Amino acid sequence: MAVAEVGNPTVVVDDLHVVYRVYGAGGDKGTAATALMRVLKRQRRPSVREVHAIRGVSFVVNHGDAIGIIGRNGSGKSTLLQAIAGLLPPEEGCVYTSGQAALLGVNAALLDDLTGERNVVLGCLAMGMTPQQVKDRFQSIVDFSGVGNFIDYPMRTYSTGMAQRLRFSIASAKSHEILMIDEALATGDANFRAKSHDRIMELRGEAGTVFLVAHNLAEIEASCNRVIWLEKGKIMMQGTDVPAIVDEYLKATGGDPRKRDNPPQQEPTAD
Amino acid sequence: MKQRARDQGGPGTLTDDLEPPDITPGSVSDVPLAELAARYKLRPSAARPGVFAYAGQLWDRRHFIMGFATARNVAMYTEARLGQLWQVLTPLLNAAVYYLIFGKILQTSRGVPNFTAFLITGIFVWNFTQRSFITASRVMPDSLPLIRALPFPRACLPIGYVLIELQQLAMSMIILIAIVLGTGEPLTWYWLLAIPALALQGVFNAGMALFLARLGAGADDFGQLMPFLVRTWMYASGVMYSISTISSLKHYPVIRYLLEINPAAVFITLVRNAILRSQRLAAPGSQPFDQGRCNLYTNHLSDPHYLFYSAYCHAQVSTSQFWLYGAGWAVLAMVAGFVFFWQAETRYGRG
Repeated sequence: MAVAEVGNPTVVVDDLHVVYRVYGAGGDKGTAATALMRVLKRQRRPSVREVHAIRGVSFVVNHGDAIGIIGRNGSGKSTLLQAIAGLLPPEEGCVYTSGQAALLGVNAALLDDLTGERNVVLGCLAMGMTPQQVKDRFQSIVDFSGVGNFIDYPMRTYSTGMAQRLRFSIASAKSHEILMIDEALATGDANFRAKSHDRIMELRGEAGTVFLVAHNLAEIEASCNRVIWLEKGKIMMQGTDVPAIVDEYLKATGGDPRKRDNPPQQEPTAD
Repeated sequence: MKQRARDQGGPGTLTDDLEPPDITPGSVSDVPLAELAARYKLRPSAARPGVFAYAGQLWDRRHFIMGFATARNVAMYTEARLGQLWQVLTPLLNAAVYYLIFGKILQTSRGVPNFTAFLITGIFVWNFTQRSFITASRVMPDSLPLIRALPFPRACLPIGYVLIELQQLAMSMIILIAIVLGTGEPLTWYWLLAIPALALQGVFNAGMALFLARLGAGADDFGQLMPFLVRTWMYASGVMYSISTISSLKHYPVIRYLLEINPAAVFITLVRNAILRSQRLAAPGSQPFDQGRCNLYTNHLSDPHYLFYSAYCHAQVSTSQFWLYGAGWAVLAMVAGFVFFWQAETRYGRG
């Protein structure tokens, strides 16, 4: 296992706590009269609830790492990525990064009423490319996404998978120092998954650090050299022995152990 | 923090059987993490750049802002059968309604030469500010998906929205020019003054848009209030009447002065004076002061014979002062709005 100081850290998460507020969580009759009483009595909105999503997480990520984040639904995986991207403020602790982290989320729709083509151009410009760079890379982005003729259609007409493929193609067109992918590949077809796996490896090689949240554990094992298992906002386990942690996770969640065609780091068993 | 965490309840409550191990080997080093981060020059992810660095980042994204505005503009009317025609039809319909109500029924056309051109100019110029304000107050909630998808300086969005309105204004200016020429106003070199006037108005709108975007990013209450505020402002800005003809203001020169130097009135007056010869001729102070003739004007507003005698009245705000006020409002709004927006840069997109 690598010691933190040996590599070149790009992300340092120091005792991070994230608390976010949820509005409209119920508990109010929702009429004008109750709202008026609330204002008169100077009460807080009962529909505002606080969720303590991340509870003291610390880790160091080095240059060239691809980190898989696993955990049950609601364990804080997406929240952690949003905090690293600087989209959610830490309640306590701090996240240090070497540059702007690009977060590619499952709900990250771009401009739905614009064509795919406009979205490619605008997305690239927003990431800070020059118009010439966009022109140069446009075709390769479209080819990579595989949306074909649909590139001339508004993005609201795309299927979920197509939209995700195009978003991934746009976000990965530029080499980010830190790229975070939140279930963004879940709906891609097999062919696209293979392509995006290669692209993630390439981005890792291009100096980047990649975070990958996925429920598809095969994808985590194939793409990541480290894994963090989150459980209720805390780290249960983390390390570079990805298959071992994945197996532990599966045991804890009651899933069947993964069958591996070519199990890494396993002694040949005599039958 | 620990105590609080236990009291919290709700999703993510800590349960004792899941207490994780204290130290995970391989990641936590023996130096404090903050020191480690400092040693490798890592910066807090939620930190915002300095205000000048931020302005620089914004400049680097100028192509994005332009592209965003153009694309939005194209997409705006894709669902409507008449499409882009609505860019022109909406202000025209507005002008027709205001002409009927204010010009014909309420008679605010009294004392104003070439009222049709006066009204249409006022409405088209006002529309630029009004639409910029209303869209800007909603821009942050509306663009949440984009904000959460890609990192870029958020000020691109309100500025982009003002550029959309500027492009729409360019379209409606063509209609405006046609109408104004149709009412018999001559085409003169003065028309060129409309360009710096509208440019100042654009800077003012962009500054205010930044201001309103931050206010609108918080509670939704502001977005609900905005149309009301804007409409009140319109009635105070001499869009469909001339502030100098309001007789009830005769004895309140301070209020009249404040109405005349309010930013909307300033920009509208500057554009009117640029493209309407009748307004230049009738502008108070454009002739040597003459109390007698001025009285004739104010006492016989409906009499076309004395229509241009307002030129002999004392000018509360002279033409050059209008330009100074216009430039002042633009700079003030831009500086204050930019700093105000920048202060909350890292908080946008949290929802």
